[in-house]
Amino acid sequence: MKTFNYHSTKDVKEATKLASSSSAFLAGGMTTIPSMKLGLASYKDIIDIKRIKKLSGIKVSGKSVTIGATTKHAEVANSKEIKKAIPSLAALAEGIGDPQVRNRGTIGGSIANNDPAADYPSACIALNATIHTSSRKISADKFFAGMFETALKKGELIQAVEFQVPEKSCYQKYPNPASRYAIVGVYVAKHKSGVNVGVTGAKSCVYNEKNIVSALSKSFSSSAIDNVKIPSSGMNSDIHASAEYRANMVKIFAKKAVDAC
Amino acid sequence: MASLVGSRVERKEDKKLLTGRGKYTADVTFAHQTYAYFVRSPHARAQIKNVDISKAAKASGVVAVLTGKDIVNDKIGGLIAGWRIKSEDGSDMKVPAHPPLASESVNYVGDHVAVVIAESLDEARNAAELVKVDYKVLKAVVKTDEAMKSDSIYKDIPKNLCFDWLLGDRAKVKEAFDGADKIIKVDLINNRLVPNAMEPRAANADYNPSTEEITLYTTSQNPHLARIIISAFNGVAPENKLRVIAPDVGGGFGSKIYPYAEEVVCSWASKKIERPVKWVGDRTESFLSDCHGRDHVTHAELAVKNDGTFLGFKNETIANLGAYASVFGTVTPTYLFGPCATGVYKMPAAYSNVKAVFTNTAPVDAYRGAGRPEATYTIEVLVEKAARELGMDPAEIRMKNFPTEFPFQQTLVHSVDSGDYNAGLKKAMEVADYKGYEKRRKDSEVNGKIRGIGFCTYFEACGIAPSAVVMSLGCGIGLWESAEVRFNPTGNVTVFTGSHSHGQGHDTTFAQIAADQLGVPLENIEISHGDTDKGPFGYGTYGSRSLTVGGTAIVKACDKIIAKGKKVAAKMLEVNESDVEFKDGEFIVAKSNQKKTIGEVAFACYLPGTYGEVKSPLPEGEEPGLKESSFFDPANFSFPAGSHICEVEIDPDTGTTEVAKYTAIDDFGTIINPLIVEGQVHGGLVQGIGQALYENCHYDDSGQLITASYMDYTMPRADNFPEFKLGFTCTPATSNPLGTKGCGEAGAIASPPAVMNAVMNALGTDISMPATAEKVWNACQKMKKSNSEAA
Repeated sequence: MKTFNYHSTKDVKEATKLASSSSAFLAGGMTTIPSMKLGLASYKDIIDIKRIKKLSGIKVSGKSVTIGATTKHAEVANSKEIKKAIPSLAALAEGIGDPQVRNRGTIGGSIANNDPAADYPSACIALNATIHTSSRKISADKFFAGMFETALKKGELIQAVEFQVPEKSCYQKYPNPASRYAIVGVYVAKHKSGVNVGVTGAKSCVYNEKNIVSALSKSFSSSAIDNVKIPSSGMNSDIHASAEYRANMVKIFAKKAVDAC
Repeated sequence: MASLVGSRVERKEDKKLLTGRGKYTADVTFAHQTYAYFVRSPHARAQIKNVDISKAAKASGVVAVLTGKDIVNDKIGGLIAGWRIKSEDGSDMKVPAHPPLASESVNYVGDHVAVVIAESLDEARNAAELVKVDYKVLKAVVKTDEAMKSDSIYKDIPKNLCFDWLLGDRAKVKEAFDGADKIIKVDLINNRLVPNAMEPRAANADYNPSTEEITLYTTSQNPHLARIIISAFNGVAPENKLRVIAPDVGGGFGSKIYPYAEEVVCSWASKKIERPVKWVGDRTESFLSDCHGRDHVTHAELAVKNDGTFLGFKNETIANLGAYASVFGTVTPTYLFGPCATGVYKMPAAYSNVKAVFTNTAPVDAYRGAGRPEATYTIEVLVEKAARELGMDPAEIRMKNFPTEFPFQQTLVHSVDSGDYNAGLKKAMEVADYKGYEKRRKDSEVNGKIRGIGFCTYFEACGIAPSAVVMSLGCGIGLWESAEVRFNPTGNVTVFTGSHSHGQGHDTTFAQIAADQLGVPLENIEISHGDTDKGPFGYGTYGSRSLTVGGTAIVKACDKIIAKGKKVAAKMLEVNESDVEFKDGEFIVAKSNQKKTIGEVAFACYLPGTYGEVKSPLPEGEEPGLKESSFFDPANFSFPAGSHICEVEIDPDTGTTEVAKYTAIDDFGTIINPLIVEGQVHGGLVQGIGQALYENCHYDDSGQLITASYMDYTMPRADNFPEFKLGFTCTPATSNPLGTKGCGEAGAIASPPAVMNAVMNALGTDISMPATAEKVWNACQKMKKSNSEAA
């Protein structure tokens, strides 16, 4: 690992002030630190935000669940309030990585990284999330910009993620047998305002699967998906799964999700 | 005293290993320590035009930067192929030079180009980025079955062919095939695997300029072999000036049998800079540069009669050796593979033809089972296919062809001393509830799943030795084993063994044997291994040999101890030696209550005289002390065998295959410690099922390793497995007094075909390993299509 300056701050303003083009915010460090150790990334300044109290915690109101950026996956998974309000969200957090990752990794870190196979981005899409940053609010459909790309600007810090409580929802994933990241993960949510189908793992970036959304909007049942055609163009293809296989799994896992809603 | 052999003694070594008190090579740090980082080739194949170390040499903390030119200048010898194989035409195998640091060309991604030695690892690693290597990149040869049609990697090795080896009789096979009712054919790929020992390889060499001695700590299954190779072939130091210590080692699976470039370079560099040099491989380096396993492309045929009788077998295999011929790289696809390829069956005629090829990939060498998994996979998939095509029950066709009389002269090489294959298969069918299978299959169907069942009946040749045989087949070393049993004056015992434990539990098993032989409590016996300065030369641990060969050496050394003890006891008891019997730790005078314990006798041996109340007369002509050694070279290999039955359940929607039920009935001869043996079987099964369903080492067309981390290389995990049903039958080996046969590799040998036969039974079609979800899903789609067409 290359040497760097380590800053630990208790304040959002100070954190954003320290940020530069060669800095990184450090929360759980579940991606940043391995990348640095492998020499894939190096930074002049590492700004540790774990001690900023207001970035951590869970708030549940009737309509929404708001999770602070440095809240750990294990806290989400074990939150009684979340289990009651959006059980599928707690279940998603329970399925991320392994116990070590869940006790270090954070929701803010996950969505800021926007790994194409990460779980949380699909929840953001399905649950009409609003991402609260140090300077603004961004809706999930505008936040995830591409592979490892988000709408975040330099020095902009995620403070919390606000999820809309749906009528029903479920997340189902087919994990990569090696990494256990999603080869395909499908988060189906039915809101009063409509249905969302957040799909992760399948393409270079999380997306709302409109073909399934329109089928489910007509009839919210797994059989409604039977005749939906999911094109394989634009799907990821690698040694673990071809584009065709992924396209089929999007459908299969959407059906599983609807059945389990 | 109750016998310890056969009892479930908990592992003595576990407390240390499970509480973090083990001592591994990476834990060893010397005063004045330096740290090495290797500059490795990023290309699969390239000429080295220039290596510029000027910037790196000046970087912070750098002590030395050494390159292939320094290796040449210092006349450091290359890494060796330990087993000479001759081609069918009588010509010798062709092997390329394998310098520890390359000076002319690099031949796989990860090949060693230079080493940077610095005051800290970070400084070494940062400086390594400053070593500028000018490469002329060449087209890589990657695929096993294309190697012979590709450019020659080495100019003296046409078609990249190391050898074209034949075992067996082509004419007899042709005759058998001509008389057959049916010929069953398979085309198989035995997928390349990465060994993935839990502890990555490491070395720490400490040269003492005043004594000119090197102490090398290393992750070795075989420290004595490392010493002799680094001395005699690499020429780093004379054998008496090189001490090799393999302390606790976290698994090997074959990949740590022999020294690699890193140990040679660290030892040589330490001598050069007169400071200790430490290298600890990271996981990426393990993936890139540990020797890989398997990687065969095979076409095999079985000639049968309509009643299921086997008439003949042929096996045409291309084996990938990787970029260089590694120490056991050439024997693994030949003598460890070919002889076992006819399986546990009477086979009137057979041959195995193996073409071993070089490619621009990491060297391939022995990996748990080494050759026997590939052989067993070939014959067992063929046999099951034969049963399908003949409409026979898979158990029935096997039993029809089992030998029933032992010793059984197997078709190609081995004389199998003992076995009862029918008993094993019958027991497996009972434990697996074969009768209830059809009901379970229907239950799965009701749940929308496809169930399949697969068999594997195997034998293997292990306990590797005997020296006379292996050397006549081209092995450059003997394969006997040594032991030294040393009574300490106060009556406890240290046993030195030439084998090495890196997870196998020798500290326990070997102590059980010595405790029974000597009548000394288990806790009074220490097993010492892994240090060439302690105990006699030995040949290490691999090929399921330690207990059968090394354990027997302990028994023989104990026999000598008892023989001497009898003489001393007779003198002490003032009777004739012929009147003394030894039992349960006591020398007893027949028909009397006179006796001496072995502890008293040991004490007498160390204090031979009279001192106050101590009166310890030694017989005339006897030397003081009580220490004996033995070198055991068995007359034959040992031949474990067994019957495994696997049931899988496939989800046709996703193609995921779950191992629903797994039964393994093995005959390992005498079992010393069932607890440890079961652990060995579990580990072997997991690795074998891993090969069948998950693991696959994948290089892209340019020779880049795509599966270079756990993000892409699928290691099997606990939640991939059901509870294994294990059982044992026992026909003791006749080639050693313990009657043991070896259990370390059987699980990895038997399980790939058992699992794949179950998958193919479910799908009704051939499918290659690993049976990944997508492959299985595609087969399910085809099955659906053909079913709907049929309807």
